[in-house]
Amino acid sequence: MATLTSENAARRQQPGQRRRRRDDTKLAMIFILPASIGLVTFYFWPLLRGIWLSFTSWDLLSAAEFVGLANYERMFADPVFWNAIRVTLYYVVVNITIQTAVALVIAVLMQRLTQSTLVRSLILAPYLVSNVVAALVFLWILDFQLGIGNQFLEWIGLDRIGFFTTEAWAIPTIALVNVWRHMGYTALLIFAGLQAIPGNLYESARVDGASEPRMFFGITLPLLRPILGLVLIISVIGSFQVFDTVSVTTGGGPVNASRVLQLYIYDNAFGQFDFGYAAALSVAMLVILMIVTFIQYRVTRAGQTDLN
Amino acid sequence: MSQPTAEAQPDTAVVSPGAPSSTLGKRNKRRRRRPTIGRILAWTAMVVLLVISIFPFYWMLRTALSSNDALYANATSLLPVDFSWGGFARVFGLQSTEEAIAQGGSGADMNFWRYLGNSVIVATGITVCQIFFSAMAAYAFSRLRWRFRGPVFSLFLLSLMVPLIFTLLPNFLLIKQLGLVDTLLGIMLPGLFMAPFAIFFLRQFFLNVPLEVEEAALIDGASKIRVFFTLIIPMSWAPIATVSILTYITAWNDYFWPLMVSYTDQSRVLTVALGSFSAQTPQTGPDWAGLMAATLVAALPMIVLFACFAKKIVNSIGFSGIK
Repeated sequence: MATLTSENAARRQQPGQRRRRRDDTKLAMIFILPASIGLVTFYFWPLLRGIWLSFTSWDLLSAAEFVGLANYERMFADPVFWNAIRVTLYYVVVNITIQTAVALVIAVLMQRLTQSTLVRSLILAPYLVSNVVAALVFLWILDFQLGIGNQFLEWIGLDRIGFFTTEAWAIPTIALVNVWRHMGYTALLIFAGLQAIPGNLYESARVDGASEPRMFFGITLPLLRPILGLVLIISVIGSFQVFDTVSVTTGGGPVNASRVLQLYIYDNAFGQFDFGYAAALSVAMLVILMIVTFIQYRVTRAGQTDLN
Repeated sequence: MSQPTAEAQPDTAVVSPGAPSSTLGKRNKRRRRRPTIGRILAWTAMVVLLVISIFPFYWMLRTALSSNDALYANATSLLPVDFSWGGFARVFGLQSTEEAIAQGGSGADMNFWRYLGNSVIVATGITVCQIFFSAMAAYAFSRLRWRFRGPVFSLFLLSLMVPLIFTLLPNFLLIKQLGLVDTLLGIMLPGLFMAPFAIFFLRQFFLNVPLEVEEAALIDGASKIRVFFTLIIPMSWAPIATVSILTYITAWNDYFWPLMVSYTDQSRVLTVALGSFSAQTPQTGPDWAGLMAATLVAALPMIVLFACFAKKIVNSIGFSGIK
């Protein structure tokens, strides 16, 4: 970089160089103008507005009325809110645990067994369909009477399960549907991390007589930690915002067994037209996400690498 | 364990692209001589995972090509039962209402072509504008020299931290104030200007375009704008294509935001239509054949798109752009 700039200086006269710089500033303003409009209008402004809204009572029709902390007081006393938090956390734990474990298995299998693009494409295929499509397909496959999933359970001698209709199964089922959709994508992210681990580490471990499992726990897992940390942060943030699948399959039921926070926010905003309260719930979601991200970042030390 | 090996390979700190495949080839050859139990188990696991990935797609097709009545009698047949195009015919609105109801459909109007058109417009509009504006910004952040480049770029990075859910409600209010509720523009607008990830991703690639190439063009009298359009964009078409496809898939599959903004067929996209299609259950029970035909048709464009670019996408998903 330094040599290039000095070359520049030698090639050009000083005043010309200076004019070029000033020109760049003008041009840069034009080039970042559209993106800046988007940034301010659709990221920063809504952020401020959402926080402000959470201190108001507003039904969209009359003017918003400032109510101080009333929404938050109501939130802390709202059993459905606490239930939504509990349900969401339960979903995230089930979803992320299984998803990460399966994705890690797929990634390691891909690395150790085959480099085939076909295998990778097939594994990624579920990611191409929308959450809605995934939800509908599993609604059918896991249908109590006709679903092939329940037929299969019967074949192997188990009882049929009301996957979407019983309180105990609703959340785990939704979590598994989303594992199906995201496992391939997550696996490819982890796979990319695996590629960065020098192959000769495995060679020399093999010379030393290490077994596959030992290499996995001794080399792969420790060196994968930063990537795994990033993958976890990304997927946990996504997981907390689960909405589509729940909305299409159970609609929050049975009773409130699958009423996740996001769905509760939507219900309040568009079912009750209680935008102030919905905004307060969104602030709660924002705070939770920030705390979770922070903790994860510290615990996984995602920003550092052990490779050097 | 990593200590001695790290010392043993100081000259290969940067792994060349050829290195991993060659060591892998060696490894494969060594293993092929004695297929261990572990290897058989690993392949079995891989096949099971592939079946889990793919089976639901097959099941969509099998159900879509069956008749509803037969589905109730033969729930377990692995092949389509009482083969029929009825499901697809209902999706495309090729059946009369009576015919549809007789075959287990809801008879409700499913304006499929309209939804498909809306989805195409929304996804295309978002992809084209978002990637173009993001590329412009990425160019300013990578190749132009200006005073507050660093701080402004940090601001953009900050927006990556804002969870999408938090912006949805205020954005809906903004769209409402602009009078754009229930219009396609209203659905597209928040995604038109930029995506933090796209800027981030493209900037990384623009930084790698050799400076000399740009200098040469500038000396020949080309303006920076010309350099951007005739040099930077053509040279970076591969990453631009990748991020475009990912954007397209995301926009196509989006459900929550269009659900908030659209109320009528005028702006209803496929995902939202599918959601409501499943809710209109006819009295006899859900029209599974029609529903699966609809999901398949909704998923098909993405599957085709992916099939065309599979190699490119599969190989470029990773953190190469983020790190």
